[in-house]
Amino acid sequence: MKRDKIIHAALTIVALSAISSLALITVFVFKEGLPIILRVGVKNFFLSGDWYPSEGKFGILNMIVGSLVVTAGAIIIGAVFGLGCAIVLTQFAPRQLVVILKPAIEILAGIPSVVFGFIGVVVLVPLVRQYLGGPGLSILTASIVLGVMVLPTVTSISVDVIQAVPRSYRDGSIALGATRWQTTHMVIIKAAKSGIIAALILGMGRAIGETMAVIMVAGNALELPHSILDPVRTLTSNIALEMGYAAGDHRQALFATGVTLFVIIMILNTIALTISRRSAGKAAKK
Amino acid sequence: MKITPATSQRFVVTILWLLTAITILVLLFIIVYILFHGIRNVTWSFLTESPRRMGRQGGVFPMIVGTIAVTGLAVLIAAPVGVLTTIFLTEYTRESKLTSVIRFGADCLAAIPSIIFGLFGFVFFVVVLGMGFSIISGALTLAIMVLPTIIRTSEEAIRAVPAVYREVSYGLGSTRWQMVTRVVLKSALPGIGTGIVLSIGRCVSETAAVMLTAGSALRMPYSPLESSRTLSLHFYILSREGISMQNAYATASVLIITILAINIIAYLLMRRLIAKVR
Repeated sequence: MKRDKIIHAALTIVALSAISSLALITVFVFKEGLPIILRVGVKNFFLSGDWYPSEGKFGILNMIVGSLVVTAGAIIIGAVFGLGCAIVLTQFAPRQLVVILKPAIEILAGIPSVVFGFIGVVVLVPLVRQYLGGPGLSILTASIVLGVMVLPTVTSISVDVIQAVPRSYRDGSIALGATRWQTTHMVIIKAAKSGIIAALILGMGRAIGETMAVIMVAGNALELPHSILDPVRTLTSNIALEMGYAAGDHRQALFATGVTLFVIIMILNTIALTISRRSAGKAAKK
Repeated sequence: MKITPATSQRFVVTILWLLTAITILVLLFIIVYILFHGIRNVTWSFLTESPRRMGRQGGVFPMIVGTIAVTGLAVLIAAPVGVLTTIFLTEYTRESKLTSVIRFGADCLAAIPSIIFGLFGFVFFVVVLGMGFSIISGALTLAIMVLPTIIRTSEEAIRAVPAVYREVSYGLGSTRWQMVTRVVLKSALPGIGTGIVLSIGRCVSETAAVMLTAGSALRMPYSPLESSRTLSLHFYILSREGISMQNAYATASVLIITILAINIIAYLLMRRLIAKVR
């Protein structure tokens, strides 16, 4: 019995490693990044678009805008295609096909982001440049590339929540004479709504945090964009592009960019967790 | 003319199938495009030679070694920690404040973008702990990154082990630890394996976090304390700096084949798990 207690204690310590890593990450990123935000001033840091590290000007407004528009574009594409796939997989595809389609979408999730970025550069950028104008490296290109990248996240979570809808709902609706599509959008999607919203929010989190692919296709310009064909720089690309040579205040400002990103992600994650927990509670009551 | 439900169903379902088809075509296109341009340059000498002239010529052998070292070390660290965490969560405690804190930690870690892991790894492992840009810094950073994946997949696998197994094991007089190691872990092994294989995949594809922690040295690493460039970072540098498109495509082909192999292994393991549960 004494041995069991020792094992229990040891396991408790190991089990705390996830939460303590999170604490370490939070502490160190904030410790490096927060002072410069306070020194430059919250207003100058978040509400100014002047990013001239050599002159001591650190305004990240344009990058916040860049991250938000690219993410918005990505989630529109990710939602349309990701949900489409999830509905087909759960409602319309025959079993033999699901066995092929599901692993295929999982492979899509496994492809390295640098490969997505590369395909974006060699295939998509020239197409956009030729047919729509602009430099090709743009919000639109980045949104498409990121949309494909977040699609598997949206699909796999949506598939899970749709499958969690009790079968009796579907049977009942079909028995009342509804077509399969009516059943899908009036009953199943409605019942799975909060889970699907959580899936989309987690997809947004992935899009806003993606780095390498965005660097390759978004163009990284520091100006505020005026159309979806303009290049932008996102928070993540700002960090990855300049971290290699930054020192002193400049490096701290990049950590501060990381702090901003961290806070956005945590807000999104908390919303998604709350929504999915609430819907899980609701399902348990039923 | 009124649109009947049957017509609208046909219309919508066609669109949904079209969306799915496009998704699969995009996947196929990416794989075929990369392999079509790169596979013929993936020769034996490409895989076994060191790069020359910054990667314009020569092969990717040091990067393969670096990738295996960083990934292997990361998984060696993350797998035991993750599996033991799961054992604690599922077998050694009831749902409580503590377990919800642990789960919250894992959920948040899963959501953190890799560039933040990179920043943290850089300031903590590289600078504060003085490990420098090295394989070990990269591996520790990636280990934290894949920890939630391992916890989540092993939890699913361990929860799928029927309660009867545990009861029988207790009935035969085993201690809790014996029951966990000899019965539960054994029968959850394929599921845990899937998690580990998926984590290997994530480590191999990761670029941003290793760039800031393992560095980008081109030479062959001889110890975990040396910097090493992984394959995905090498591919990024080759294509981004326009060093050599030919070698970029070849490196991408190696990456794609590795990822495909990893996914197939994970899939087979998963099928074994499902077969077992049934």
